Amino acid sequence: MSIKTLTSIGPANTIARSEESHPLTWRLRDDGQPVWLAEYQQKNGYAAARKALSEMAQADIVQTVKDAGLKGRGGAGFPTGVKWGLMPTDESMNIRYLLCNADEMEPNTWKDRMLMEQLPHLLIEGMLISARALKAYRGYIFLRGEYVEAAANLNRAIEEAKAAGLLGTNILGSGFDFELFVHTGAGRYICGEETALINSLEGRRANPRAKPPFPAVVGVWGKPTCVNNVETLCNVPVIVGHGVDWYKSLARPQSEDHGTKLMGFSGKVKNPGLWELPFGVSARELFEDYAGGMRDGYTLKCWQPGGVGTGFLLPEHLDALMYAGGIGKVGTRMGTGLALAVDDSVNMVSLLRNMEEFFARESCGWCTPCRDGLPWSVKILRALERKQGTQEDIDTLLGLVNFLGPGKTFCAHAPGAVEPLGSAIKYFRSEFEAGIASPSAPATTGQFVPA
Amino acid sequence: MIQTTNSSTLIQTDRFILSEAEHAAIEHEMHHYEDPRAASIEALKIVQKARGWVPDGAADAIGEILGIPASDVEGVATFYIQIFRQPVGRHIIRVCDSMTCYIGGHEAVLAGIKDQLGIVPGQTTADGRFTLLPVCCLGNCDKAPALMIDDDTFGDVHAEGVAQLLEAYV
Repeated sequence: MSIKTLTSIGPANTIARSEESHPLTWRLRDDGQPVWLAEYQQKNGYAAARKALSEMAQADIVQTVKDAGLKGRGGAGFPTGVKWGLMPTDESMNIRYLLCNADEMEPNTWKDRMLMEQLPHLLIEGMLISARALKAYRGYIFLRGEYVEAAANLNRAIEEAKAAGLLGTNILGSGFDFELFVHTGAGRYICGEETALINSLEGRRANPRAKPPFPAVVGVWGKPTCVNNVETLCNVPVIVGHGVDWYKSLARPQSEDHGTKLMGFSGKVKNPGLWELPFGVSARELFEDYAGGMRDGYTLKCWQPGGVGTGFLLPEHLDALMYAGGIGKVGTRMGTGLALAVDDSVNMVSLLRNMEEFFARESCGWCTPCRDGLPWSVKILRALERKQGTQEDIDTLLGLVNFLGPGKTFCAHAPGAVEPLGSAIKYFRSEFEAGIASPSAPATTGQFVPA
Repeated sequence: MIQTTNSSTLIQTDRFILSEAEHAAIEHEMHHYEDPRAASIEALKIVQKARGWVPDGAADAIGEILGIPASDVEGVATFYIQIFRQPVGRHIIRVCDSMTCYIGGHEAVLAGIKDQLGIVPGQTTADGRFTLLPVCCLGNCDKAPALMIDDDTFGDVHAEGVAQLLEAYV
């Protein structure tokens, strides 16, 4: 059998790591190959599941996750224990679902791919414990279709787990039954929105649903449903296995968030990559010590802390600490914690044009501000890029930043689209102004010329 | 369209019929879900895997098995980017156009592909070998720019290296 190099191999595979400091990634192999069941169990794997299924009541697991302060790792940072607490515990409602959001399509996000390709059993163990806590009888991993190796590795790991009695009926003699399926998507960014994900899983167009009712009340096929991100679920065995106090000691003291986070830096940095780091490290540490700073010949112009939907920050903001409140203090969100360095060779109008083209293309078209507003922003940005903008264009863009902002659209897609736009205009307005056609310049063919 | 051949046998070329293998695969998928409708996306993928794309009439055939209107199946088929409602090349090149790959130089990669194959995103080569499409972030951002050819993902792609990558796909 030929050994295939997984695309997710990176510095997380080779950095010095231990169970005490890298609870999610210490089991990774230096060679980047997947950790299958035998090796996973040899490295303490499924010990937390055994503990949860034999020693803990369901409510205790929920309380433990609540006490640990685990927050969703998919970008929004909603407290996982609170989300779990919304699930009804009524015995008469015996059909509940646990969905894993593995539709990783956010530009500049490459963390769940690594977990699923190389540590499939960590996710399965996390889902097993979570399903037990939520009394879910079935789970689905909603995986984006392009993650071919992740699908293969998860399916193989599920077969291994089934054969070992870790999935199926009467798991580990506890009387608990849980079956797990991998559901691969067919490609649309909006599937990552949890209610759109539910529609997509049901075989419908991935339009978001109105909330309330929340998925915990009316989810997939009308049943109580909990949707959690891959990395979030991978934290559950860590918390259950080592306890709340230990988990709370992981993050740096200044951090209000607990545990570790997969963080990264990409762009024209010397050593782009992904690392498991405690919440509360400074962005400068991530940028300089881990990513090695900018490559020779490039200067850092600005950076985004965590995905396309987070705002731009300046080099002076690198002292901000990587946790929700730390990044909040400098005016944006931590998002996924995988940062992007923008170098001085990049024009912000062109970069924003690229970003808004993505958001416009990926709008599901359900609500008007998003469906019509995003292509409008693209049209203006393209004109500014060609130096054919008008005097009103920047105000129009700022109007869109307002009208597509939080609370004005059906879901968070459009607010995510205008966050980088608003911050780019705030910090780099002159680059946008440079795209306005000067009145004396001759009009280009086809452009409307006022009398 | 109905064609009359020399032997006067009627051949209906526009009637879409699922193969037994496709039928069985779709039936198998249905049982993973509480409601058969949930298998609609997978059913489209099954048809596409066998035929390269989803021909007209597939929506009726799939809808019949799943017990849902053909219009719903068509609605799904036209929503998701991995479902092809027109013929494509034997190999699909997907070039990541996220902002990270933009900074990494994906436009140069697209130019390199255009030099090699003479196609831009959305087009298929005249010999039917390649179709070029854009794709959302491939989750390979530390190795930008990234692209996929069929099921294979490549990182740190350069315009000059494109020709060599394409060679393996005939």
